[in-house]
Amino acid sequence: MKEKQKSRSIVVAVTALNAIDSPGPGIAVIRCLREDPEFDVKIIGLSYESLEPGIYMHDLVDKTYQIPFPASGTDMLLTRIREINEIEKINVLIPNFDAELYNFIRIEDRLSEIGIRTFLPSAEAFDARDKVNLAKFAEKHHFTIPPYRVIFQLNEVKQISENLGFPLVVKGKYYDAYICNSIFEAEKAFYKLQAKWGVPVIIQKFIPGTELNVAVLGDGKGNALSIVAMRKLYITDKGKAWAGITIENSQLTETAVRFVRATKWKGGCELEIMMSADNKPYLLEVNPRFPAWIYLTAAAGQNQPAALAKLAMGYELPEMKEYQAGKLFIRYSWDMIVDINEFQKISGTGEL
Amino acid sequence: MKLKKNIATSEAGFVFNPGTGDSFSVNQTGAEILALIKQEVSPEEIIRILTEKFEVEADNAEKDLDDFISQLYTFNLIER
Repeated sequence: MKEKQKSRSIVVAVTALNAIDSPGPGIAVIRCLREDPEFDVKIIGLSYESLEPGIYMHDLVDKTYQIPFPASGTDMLLTRIREINEIEKINVLIPNFDAELYNFIRIEDRLSEIGIRTFLPSAEAFDARDKVNLAKFAEKHHFTIPPYRVIFQLNEVKQISENLGFPLVVKGKYYDAYICNSIFEAEKAFYKLQAKWGVPVIIQKFIPGTELNVAVLGDGKGNALSIVAMRKLYITDKGKAWAGITIENSQLTETAVRFVRATKWKGGCELEIMMSADNKPYLLEVNPRFPAWIYLTAAAGQNQPAALAKLAMGYELPEMKEYQAGKLFIRYSWDMIVDINEFQKISGTGEL
Repeated sequence: MKLKKNIATSEAGFVFNPGTGDSFSVNQTGAEILALIKQEVSPEEIIRILTEKFEVEADNAEKDLDDFISQLYTFNLIER
């Protein structure tokens, strides 16, 4: 029997190839894209460092180019993307790191001029859900969030910790969070986060309960085209889900629908929710991109990354309604063996 | 007495609540009782079936069934 031909060849550039203990979503996004029955995809990896595992996963990533760190600014990023595009003729670009997204949003129009389509939230929506602005957003749109404060200096930790009470969560501007039970622990966490991500640092009251995540795809017009909820079953010391299971919960769906409606969210995002013991959903954070567990959405019947690529290409897509609850993901580590020549090539020439 | 919507049960005694992601294991007797509850069999009828099938007095069967049902309530598996 002859295998059915895929109808369309596209080139998709994807970032966040760091499949480490706190993994980036890139590899999972690529798996989803490769499973789409319509698209025959060529994957261009965009990396920041030479040890991002995805660079060496040649069955998933066809070619990788290094790009400048977000702190280098949009001009350097655009110049590099133009160089890559001259060779690869990219159709769609899917950035997956929080820290790089603002730059990509800023150059979205210029990417479009050279034929690269994206499907990104507006700068306004991106800012509204920022950890620093979440209280204002929650108040305006009636979401329940844990009380928190945004701080810039170490000497603020003591008083705010005492006001909020322990335990509390000290969180970095982009990533990382520590549950702290004393002022000493909170100050230590502040130092670590300030050194790694800069200020501000967020101090949030700890809400005990069940950690739930929702992967969402918004169409940019206020509609959520896909909502898939997951309960974390195994959580690492970094707070990452190492195993999880899809669930169907009307409170989570309603929260996601309201978020997308309020922001007219365009693209993928992840809502982090703590369901308290009295069954109240607290919105902890909104990550402005697909989560690392996004392959579970495809496995459960809603391939969000493939849908995003189609939306970027101008397809009109209906809302995806059904998915399978009770589908598990279990993450594992795998040691790849890589020839030194490959490492030299990506490190020296910036491509592999 | 009714199991909550979409609660999945297996003959082997695995119970999954798709609304919360909670899962449980029950023994063979528990699995059989769950199957009867799923078919909306009344508690009186379940007690009769248990006394027929197992060497148990009706009073004890009723007490065990009450305990089991109260656990189902606690774990949010049954309609209140």
